[in-house]
Amino acid sequence: MSHLVEVRNLTKTYVRGREKIEVLHGLNLDIPRGDFVALMGPSGSGKTTLLNLIGGLDTPTTGSITVDGQRIDQLSSGELSRWRAAHVGFVFQFYNLLPVLSAQRNVELPLLLTNLSAVQRRKHAEIALTLVGLQDRAKHKPKELSGGQEQRVAIARALVSDPTLLVCDEPTGDLDRATADEILTLLQMLNREHEKTVVMVTHDPKAAEYARRQVHLDKGNLANGQDAP
Amino acid sequence: MRYLPLLWAGLFRKKTRTILTLLSVCVAFLLFGFLHAVTVAFESGADSADAKRLLTTARYSIIELLPMAYLRRIEQVPGVVGVAYAEWFGAKYQNESNAFPVFAVDPRRYLDMYPEFTIAPGQREAFVKTRTGAVAGTRLAQRYGWKLGQKLPISSEIHPKADGSMAWEFDLVGILDADDPAVRGATDVVLINGAYFDEARQANKGRTGWYIERIADSTQVRAIAAAIDALFMNSPDETKTQPEKEFAIGFAKQIGDIGALVTRILAAVFFTILILTGNTMAQSIRERIPELAILKTIGFSDGRVTMLVLAEAVVMLLLGSGLGMLAATSLLPAMNGATGGRFPLLSVHGSTWLLALGMAVALALAVGLPPAWRAWRLKIVDALAGH
Repeated sequence: MSHLVEVRNLTKTYVRGREKIEVLHGLNLDIPRGDFVALMGPSGSGKTTLLNLIGGLDTPTTGSITVDGQRIDQLSSGELSRWRAAHVGFVFQFYNLLPVLSAQRNVELPLLLTNLSAVQRRKHAEIALTLVGLQDRAKHKPKELSGGQEQRVAIARALVSDPTLLVCDEPTGDLDRATADEILTLLQMLNREHEKTVVMVTHDPKAAEYARRQVHLDKGNLANGQDAP
Repeated sequence: MRYLPLLWAGLFRKKTRTILTLLSVCVAFLLFGFLHAVTVAFESGADSADAKRLLTTARYSIIELLPMAYLRRIEQVPGVVGVAYAEWFGAKYQNESNAFPVFAVDPRRYLDMYPEFTIAPGQREAFVKTRTGAVAGTRLAQRYGWKLGQKLPISSEIHPKADGSMAWEFDLVGILDADDPAVRGATDVVLINGAYFDEARQANKGRTGWYIERIADSTQVRAIAAAIDALFMNSPDETKTQPEKEFAIGFAKQIGDIGALVTRILAAVFFTILILTGNTMAQSIRERIPELAILKTIGFSDGRVTMLVLAEAVVMLLLGSGLGMLAATSLLPAMNGATGGRFPLLSVHGSTWLLALGMAVALALAVGLPPAWRAWRLKIVDALAGH
């Protein structure tokens, strides 16, 4: 498999007041196209920071991140926005749906940035909701859905623009075991049947078992010599 | 248009709060519509003033009368090309609350002096020839349902007839109008034939309220005014002559500086709206920081999110101001009826709508820019982490 994501000598330093905190220390990582990677590690190990950098939500202090041949660390804020809209789908622990919009409208949100007509946007959103098994809840607002259903809507929103990469930050962290298994099975299906590359941060070893491989971080470095060349 | 549902949903996220804010904006612009209509009505006299017209009144008080004999002498002043006179009748129609200006005039001279008034030639001729004739402004005629040829029973609060009665009766022979909407307010009068009035009244015969002069050259206005006043210097009836616009402004200011008063009231109202709406917008955006972060996460640029926030303020202000102005426009006719004509006719002009639009946009920018700036600077990672 070719590498979809290539991370080289990545460092990230946060400045809090006078204090500088280096969260990632020259990290190297390759993620092949079509992979399902679970990023694991203790709190403060830098896994969410790494995920944010791979997803283009943040920019590295030094080093490079190449996704699908594009150096995203060199993109401006506006270019990064456009790149995220076209290439990445995001799933968060607390779903982060817009409470005032129906499931359908939430899923349509990323498509507002495309040239699709209203009818086409609705059709795409219906397909995405069908894929996650929520076609009959399209008109429901988030507060009318269960946690698992909200997360399915969030996954549909992440999928609707057909991104190459899905980044998931603790997607089952707020769900019970059974519902978490349903969500993880859905992510696994998207990886296996729809060839989405999935990068998932999780604390949960059971969740990590759904991934093709696990990458452990510890204090801003990859643990156990998992560093890419 | 594609962002409208998103915009609308954001705006009505908390319906009660948004509706209350909208109502306050609506009331502010309702007040603006009313008060600006008052200013326009009071300034309309000055706006419709002609630079080539002068007014001559008694030097010390407008209510003192001047001899009719002055007319011929004023006509002789070099530069004066026409003279008319008018006198305040002090009218009541049917009851105390129906009051409107009635002027006793020389029909031909007065209508020649105000070419901006329109009247059918036949009606003008009838007014000149009918001793008991009267002409009325078209809006007054509509308001009271007057028809041409009918008797017009009008009482005077000032002038008794020779028999001591205050009840006068005239024949309505013409309708006055004006093509220019700015002038139309000046036609909200009834003109009666001055010769008949002077003959029929009990007292003050041979005297009139004021003179109106037309001059050939508007640059000579001061010199001609001084020349007219010099004619009657040290006489028992000294005069004060001034350009028509100055007279109109001075007359309006006898009630008070309406413009300044209205400006101060509106400044207080809009300052309150600014604080209220600004606070609502800031609160609304503060509550939605994670949602704005999500929009940025899925690819909305900083500029797009900023514009969405700003657009919310614009929609809120445009909606509230539009409703307020509509309410003012539709309520003013009823208010005009209620004042019984003792006040100039109030209406919301196109210029008031434009001014309201400008103020709404300015207010929207003032209340929308701070939260929009906050949205622009929002860092996704910090916002999602709750920092």
